[in-house]
Amino acid sequence: MKFYRNLSISQKQVVWAWGFLALPVLFYVVIRFYPTADAIVLSFQKWNMLGIRQWAGFDNYIKLYNDPVFWKVFRNTFVYLILGTPASLVISFAIAYHLDKVRFLHSTLRALYFLPFLTSTVAMAWVWRWFYQPVPIGLFNNFIASLGFQQIAFLNSTTNALPSILLPAIWAGLGFQIIIFMAGLRAIPTSFYEAARIDGVSNWTILREITLPLLKPTIVFLVVFSSISFLRIFDQVFNMTTNNPGGPLDSTKPLVLMIYQTAFSSFDMGYAAAQTVVLFSILLIVSLLQLYLMRDR
Amino acid sequence: MADTHIRASADALLRAPASARGPRDPAAIIRWTLLAMGAIVMVMPIVYMLSASFKYPYEMYNLNIIPKEPTAENYAYVLSDGRFYRWFANSFFVATCTTVSAVFFDALVGYALCKFRFRGRLIVFIAILSTLMIPTEMLVIPWYLMSRSFGWLDTYWGIMFPGMMTAFGTFLMKQFFETVPDDFLEAARIDGLNEFQIWWSVALPMVTPALSALAIFIFLGNWTAFIWPLIVTNSQELYTLPVGLTTFSVEQTVDWELIMTGAALATIPTLIVFLIFQRYIIRGIAMAGLKG
Repeated sequence: MKFYRNLSISQKQVVWAWGFLALPVLFYVVIRFYPTADAIVLSFQKWNMLGIRQWAGFDNYIKLYNDPVFWKVFRNTFVYLILGTPASLVISFAIAYHLDKVRFLHSTLRALYFLPFLTSTVAMAWVWRWFYQPVPIGLFNNFIASLGFQQIAFLNSTTNALPSILLPAIWAGLGFQIIIFMAGLRAIPTSFYEAARIDGVSNWTILREITLPLLKPTIVFLVVFSSISFLRIFDQVFNMTTNNPGGPLDSTKPLVLMIYQTAFSSFDMGYAAAQTVVLFSILLIVSLLQLYLMRDR
Repeated sequence: MADTHIRASADALLRAPASARGPRDPAAIIRWTLLAMGAIVMVMPIVYMLSASFKYPYEMYNLNIIPKEPTAENYAYVLSDGRFYRWFANSFFVATCTTVSAVFFDALVGYALCKFRFRGRLIVFIAILSTLMIPTEMLVIPWYLMSRSFGWLDTYWGIMFPGMMTAFGTFLMKQFFETVPDDFLEAARIDGLNEFQIWWSVALPMVTPALSALAIFIFLGNWTAFIWPLIVTNSQELYTLPVGLTTFSVEQTVDWELIMTGAALATIPTLIVFLIFQRYIIRGIAMAGLKG
């Protein structure tokens, strides 16, 4: 105690700072950095959870490169991203842009749009799965049949299943994106709009020349946020295809589901770790792209 | 300053838009009608889920929303074996503990990185921030192996430990502590408070909106978390609500009205909380999101 009392104010601050940080630093080292290193090390090893870990060099990565399922999964993951991100951003911006101009029942409408974001992904996966069932169970096909059209195989078709799973994922994320877009729109000073209006500029030009450029930070954030969430899609796929995860014929299987199955169904830990390293690299590239785009501003 | 600006725009969300044209403008009427139709489409899946949970099997596959013969039997059946209560309690316990811990430590670390001057500050900050780029899915395998060797599999602690602190929250809190003037802290220091007391009783009360925003965000994330609880739990007594719901739904196979009742039970609590705290939740999400 006497030692402490003799310290200068700035020295005392150093003591306090490390006191505040001691436990957190330990946490980040043990629960974040060590596991990351462990996953990378494991990706160069062969291990089925029994026996000891054996070095395998690049075997897991070579196996990955030659695995047709991996390339199918890789493609699926990017289809989720490439369809999901633009669709969800365009829809949510259109809704936010117009909702921002509406006064009557404004907060009620906003609440309705936001509601799906708060639902449990698992619960909603089962609701949509029910909708997609064939006649006489599924609501969509019952509706289509009542109009006299032929029913659609949603989850049982290799071509339709992926978009059918993507749709609820987009739906569930819209509420969040709308709120962020609206907050971004409100942050634009009205003086910009007033100046444009005095100059007699059309709404379309205002949108293109003022709103969108000033909204760039929000847009970059949402592009990255939704890209990452589509690249990591799992809950919906797992729950909508429980009888044959990732099916039919792996046509809906994303990378995270492949990792889950390799690690916890086949117990091929090294191979699964190599897949996580691939996922990590993809997400790292997306994050670095964000940093680059943000600095540009 | 950027931070007050963010808070202002999150607050602005709660006010009705300033520049709206008169209600008789035909363009405005069309806009409102389309938006209202869109909003109805958005909530349709939730509405049909709730409606199905009150229907008898014979009515289940009709498109009508109001059941001709409403029944609570599905709920009675689903709740009868008591598992849903257990899963609900588990989820609530796990989400509450992780939220309290994460908000406490994120605020502590965010404050230390913002207000103390010491060597290594930047390194610690960058190190914590860099963990944002590590996906959970990469860590679940090492976490599983760790839990296996420490005996954490199938325990509450096993479900909770990965979320006890978050890099996102640390960053968010650091940003918000920038808005707290150093003069206040200095005054408290002169009054003889120690640094922990200054943090707890001077700095924290000045960032309560940020704390509640972070708490909402973390609670929601843990309440709906799926992949890690799925991996770390084995016995049904330890399942969280999403994992339990998956198991329950797989068991029911063709009894869709029971699956919908389970889904409704998992959804209704969040809907009620949202209806009560709507303003705070929307503002909180906007604040946390704009910072992220």
